[in-house]
Amino acid sequence: MNCQTDCFIGIDLGSTTTKAVVMGRGERVLGRGITNSRSNYEVACQVAREEAETSTRFLLLDDRLKKDAKISRSAGKLLSYISCKYALGEHLKQLSALKDECAKVIVEWNRGEEEKALYKGLMSLIFERLASVSEMSFQPGGKAQSDFFRDIATSLFLKEAEAVTKERRLSFDRAVGVFDKAILRVESRSFAAYFADYLGFACEETLKVPEFSGMRGGIASAVKDISGIRFNVVSMVGTGYGRLTLPFPKEQIRSEILCHGLGAHYMFPLTRTVLDIGGQDTKAIQVDANGIVTGFQMNDRCAAGCGRYLGYIADEMNMGVHQLGPLAMQSKKPARINSTCTVFAGAELRERLSLGEKREDIIAGLHRAIILRAMSLIARSGGAFSEFTFTGGVARNQAATAALKELLVENYGEMKMNISSDSIYTGALGASLFAMRAS
Amino acid sequence: MKQEVQKENSMLLQKQMLSDHYRRLARAKEDGKKVVYTFVPGNLNELIWAFDMLPVHPEINALQSSMRKLSGNYILEAEKFGHSEDVCTYVKCDIGMLRKGNIGPTGEKLPPPDLLLLSYTGCFTFMKWFELLEKEYKCPVVMLQIPYQGDGEVTDSMRQYVVRQLRETAVPMMEKISGKKLNEEKLKSLLESAARAEDDLVWVWDSAKHKPSPIDAYFGGVYYVGPIFSAFRGLPECEQYYRELRSEVEFRIKHKMGPTVPDGELKEQKFRLVVEGPPNWTSFREFWKMFSDEKAVVVSSTYTKVGGLYERGFRHDPSRPFETMADYCLGCYTNRNLPSRIEIIEKYIKDFDADGFLINSIKSCNSFSVGQLLILRELEQRTGKAGGFIESDLVDPRYFSAANIKNRLESYFQMIEAKRSVSAQKEMAK
Repeated sequence: MNCQTDCFIGIDLGSTTTKAVVMGRGERVLGRGITNSRSNYEVACQVAREEAETSTRFLLLDDRLKKDAKISRSAGKLLSYISCKYALGEHLKQLSALKDECAKVIVEWNRGEEEKALYKGLMSLIFERLASVSEMSFQPGGKAQSDFFRDIATSLFLKEAEAVTKERRLSFDRAVGVFDKAILRVESRSFAAYFADYLGFACEETLKVPEFSGMRGGIASAVKDISGIRFNVVSMVGTGYGRLTLPFPKEQIRSEILCHGLGAHYMFPLTRTVLDIGGQDTKAIQVDANGIVTGFQMNDRCAAGCGRYLGYIADEMNMGVHQLGPLAMQSKKPARINSTCTVFAGAELRERLSLGEKREDIIAGLHRAIILRAMSLIARSGGAFSEFTFTGGVARNQAATAALKELLVENYGEMKMNISSDSIYTGALGASLFAMRAS
Repeated sequence: MKQEVQKENSMLLQKQMLSDHYRRLARAKEDGKKVVYTFVPGNLNELIWAFDMLPVHPEINALQSSMRKLSGNYILEAEKFGHSEDVCTYVKCDIGMLRKGNIGPTGEKLPPPDLLLLSYTGCFTFMKWFELLEKEYKCPVVMLQIPYQGDGEVTDSMRQYVVRQLRETAVPMMEKISGKKLNEEKLKSLLESAARAEDDLVWVWDSAKHKPSPIDAYFGGVYYVGPIFSAFRGLPECEQYYRELRSEVEFRIKHKMGPTVPDGELKEQKFRLVVEGPPNWTSFREFWKMFSDEKAVVVSSTYTKVGGLYERGFRHDPSRPFETMADYCLGCYTNRNLPSRIEIIEKYIKDFDADGFLINSIKSCNSFSVGQLLILRELEQRTGKAGGFIESDLVDPRYFSAANIKNRLESYFQMIEAKRSVSAQKEMAK
């Protein structure tokens, strides 16, 4: 089978991440993809789109497996295995590319051959260990630490590099320097061409599981069909800060405010107010019963209190940004912090730590401060109305959502607050809907 | 290659008038002319010219300096001198210009004032501004008290209160400084001329009811009000300017032409807007292009009325010179209460068949900005039209974030389009 699927693609080129959504006929979301925006929107756009297409294939694979009488009963579990092993295959491929790039960076060094050889050996050992520990990170049913190869590879690399450089008495900083250069190059490459390889690897690994070993024929046929599907992109719409870099005509570019409004309406049709906290801006949006924006307010010249602020705090605290929320949730007495200036945040943090305040209390206070600023925008946009939908990367942070819920109730009374686990894709989702409606 | 800016006759005429006036000011001391500094809203130009004195409008200097990219340095100079970041940037630009030698926008030195004449006090900053100038120039000040239109109307007692101040304070001081008695006949003739120019200006504003609109009543509008808001109201050249402008607009209507915008004629007009608030002057052209690139034309605006709400019927009336000057001072746009401002904008939206209204909120201008969000909500409710809100500043180049404003504007225009398409679908379904 070599069939074609009509689809509509929405791409949201945000300041921190780039997201893509593939929408099928009948307004069915088929796939989603996300990647770091870096400084290269062109690559980010390609990678996010390819990821979304991959995710679409998995959805179609799921449909197909469920239709197979012999497989349907175990289809859910089977797909979870295949997806997990697919992700492992993809990760190992990228890790191998990263290892090669590290070797190239060392070759480019302006240092003696002896030293280069020492660090080449060091890197080989680190990557050997990384490959073996990676398997542990991709277990069926397990939760990925992050969506991004960079995040996973960095945390694993730093841990292993620290141990290995100590053993060999080599410079940890120098090893990290090599890694930093190499990962930039790997991030700028697309690995989508290896889709069939990863899927083949994933199927072989899955078939090793006794429960699935008798399903070889059905799985192979489904995988072959799904790999052969071609996507007929009927229309594409771009949004987000990098939208003007897209080679799209003007009518295929939409403001992220409208995309967030429509995306939120799609996920939660009774939405009336949307709050989106993204990397560099915060938007309060009012929508009507059709998801059409009727009014909005966004932060002006200053980006204080946006997602990037949390990233900065995480760096200051030497933590991953995804760890901030859980830490803040441990607080029993959040600190009272009013300023959300990103530039001052580091100084404020250090001062409070030096005064003996607890880390979790400070972080909880910072989360509340961000939401207080957002509350001002909500008020300016006309207020909060039920249902209230929270979108953007910060909606994934449980401390931010808890503070928002509390302040909404305090200021506007009880209301239904929606947060989707896919909230980060809201803008791209809205863009894909615009793409579909315009065609 | 830099695009050639298209200049119409009226523009060339205005340029010449400004240049002549700045030259006249530069030679004022040599020519033995007395100089009066006064503000645009509620200005008493005809009275000043009746004494053969020369008017200077500090906020015009500030915006002219800004359009010539000079304001940034002036503001820094004022801040060095102790004026904070939050102070009105017109004030800081003016104070900075003064401290850097008082070189006007055209490069010629401005004369110090012989009199500071404040005839409108609705903007509290204006009072403080003249206090600062008084300290710098050590010259006499006449500060008239103009009652605020709290109830949305001018009563006869308010009018008489201003008339008395004009007769008892302003005129005697001007007689003393100029060394001349007030020539009422000359004043009446100046007021008569002003009214003729006002008639033509109102005709020009009204022309925006045509589709396509032959004018842009905000970006183009700030040029159109140049002569009548600044030094020239009451003078023959001002009348000549408006006659010329009117004939240009008549030509455009006849040929169904749009106004001239940064990239040429704006014939296709997708959005008709009403705008509230002053424009940003430091990136004026860039700001304008954000509208014209989206094929948006402004059909009416409030900022172009700060020097007179003539379209609401007011004309300088030579038969009652003092009363008419009092009415003019009292009728300033920012001397109106919020309900009146809402009613004015609502009427613009309806009369000019606008698709929406946009507020450019100026951070350092409280007299305009206070209450603008309330205005926005009330207008949305009353008209059902899309309201937009952007923020910038008058003449401080540091406070214009192009990407942010563009983002908001694009969202706003797309919001209007989305609303339109829903209405169209509803119509089809009927």
